[in-house]
Amino acid sequence: MTERANVVRLRSAVAESGDDVTGNSRSRWEKPDVGAIKMRTVGLRAFYGETEVLKGIDLPVVDRQVTAVIGPSGCGKSTFVRSLNRMHEVVPGARIAGQVLLDEQDIYARGVDPVRVRRRVGMLFQKPNPFPTLSIRDNVLAGVLLNGLDVSDPEGLVEKALRQAALWDEVKDVLDRSGTSLSGGQQQRLCMARALALEPEVLLMDEPCSALDPIATARVEELIHELRQSYAIVVVTHNMQQAARVANLTAFFYMGELVEYDRTDVVFTRPKERRTEDYITGRFG
Amino acid sequence: MSTRFAVRRLVDRAVCGACLLATVLALLPLVSVLAFVVVRGAGGLSLTFLSSLPKPVGETGGGMAHAIVGSLQIVGLACLIGIPAGVLAGIHLAEYGATRFGRFVRFSADVLSGVPSIAVGLFVYALVVARAQRFSAYAGALALAILMLPTITRSTEELLRLVPESYREAALGLGVPPWRATLRVMLRTALPGVATGVMLAVARAMGESAPLLFTSFNNRGWAQSPNEPTASLPVNIYTYATSPYADWHQQAWAAALVLVGLVLCLSVTARLLVRKRAR
Repeated sequence: MTERANVVRLRSAVAESGDDVTGNSRSRWEKPDVGAIKMRTVGLRAFYGETEVLKGIDLPVVDRQVTAVIGPSGCGKSTFVRSLNRMHEVVPGARIAGQVLLDEQDIYARGVDPVRVRRRVGMLFQKPNPFPTLSIRDNVLAGVLLNGLDVSDPEGLVEKALRQAALWDEVKDVLDRSGTSLSGGQQQRLCMARALALEPEVLLMDEPCSALDPIATARVEELIHELRQSYAIVVVTHNMQQAARVANLTAFFYMGELVEYDRTDVVFTRPKERRTEDYITGRFG
Repeated sequence: MSTRFAVRRLVDRAVCGACLLATVLALLPLVSVLAFVVVRGAGGLSLTFLSSLPKPVGETGGGMAHAIVGSLQIVGLACLIGIPAGVLAGIHLAEYGATRFGRFVRFSADVLSGVPSIAVGLFVYALVVARAQRFSAYAGALALAILMLPTITRSTEELLRLVPESYREAALGLGVPPWRATLRVMLRTALPGVATGVMLAVARAMGESAPLLFTSFNNRGWAQSPNEPTASLPVNIYTYATSPYADWHQQAWAAALVLVGLVLCLSVTARLLVRKRAR
């Protein structure tokens, strides 16, 4: 039922985007052109042992759009993105119920290899985590090297991925240096290049800027903006300005439930739910 | 006010002094043992000593080539058994060690590291030597491998635990299978530390004489195969040092010097290799 409600709501978001009902000219993104659904969750529930962290989430991830997931600490937003590429189950005692459909195929179906899912759905973590024993070049190639895959043109792949991550100009002369010799913001973009080198279809980012300074944050946000043209992106953030800056669509989570999902400008200016309004106006969380 | 500062400064100086004194005291035996071995051993060290077999009892001269090779052979064989088993057990403990079985293994390893080496030698004697009816390098290697196991296992486990989980997550997030993430990311990152742990175990095994006394025993000449009694430096040091001949005493010192040098060489090489690969 709720799944259907979401689809309806999404349609209404599409319909609304047609004419500018808000007259909100300050919104800096083009009108959300809500496109094809790349992933969607159906009644997704997640557990740590006996604790239920996600209580039945139905949320689409639209292709070539940035979806922000916001909410107070402990609302399940990290768990949510981690369940989208089967990283949730890596933690002992963690388990999932419900479905996560990637191109309408359930990634939790029997016989689906989590390893394959993770190659299609890339992930960027909260803290930059380049491999300390590898050079910048090998960090970019890590996904390929560690998987033992063949690449015809490794140098070209490195350059392409680093360019995509807007890091090429800064590191092209020091590709042999250790990945950890870079600054925090550069490391995060290196991790981005590492994920992009595997040519994923969806990019998940779990608070990608929370360990970065404002300038590095701005660069990563710019990058997210550019990457949107080729990927479906989900960004978890506890920074509402950031959600407003980078995302076209915003989902508000509270206590393991999806409270509201709509175009970002709608969520921030005319939320339908009282709890959303209380959160974005800073009354709690 | 100023007297309080004066007292603090006095206490500070006293504690610093005490630390320094303790360091010197700790360094004293280390340096003096090394110096003693170098001073007493250098005289007996020569190309002949390194390259020839012992002369018949009663004649002076000859060397310990067979014992140097024998020691390396026994320790090498012990490494073949002990390093893979120890490192893999350490990986198991670090990755899946939260179970009852894991706690049991950890406890056993800790107990095993406290077992006197001569008891391990006795065990191998009963298990292998007594059954095969012969002393052999294999038996000596087995005894040394058992002695190496707990050190390698526990140090591998501890060092793997020091590697941040975020590296594993990064690898898994790239679609790397878990076993590869463990070997190529976690173990790779912990490698310098693991190698140090292994070197400590090898160095300890290299200097053990008790477990070799009745496993690989001794030999006055070359062992034709590892299935024969094999000479080793520690056992030869023991026999030569307790002999009545002055020439043999001199050779025992030289053998001790060679042993110390070998351990030093091994650990330096291991460190260099690891550092080179880490780059």
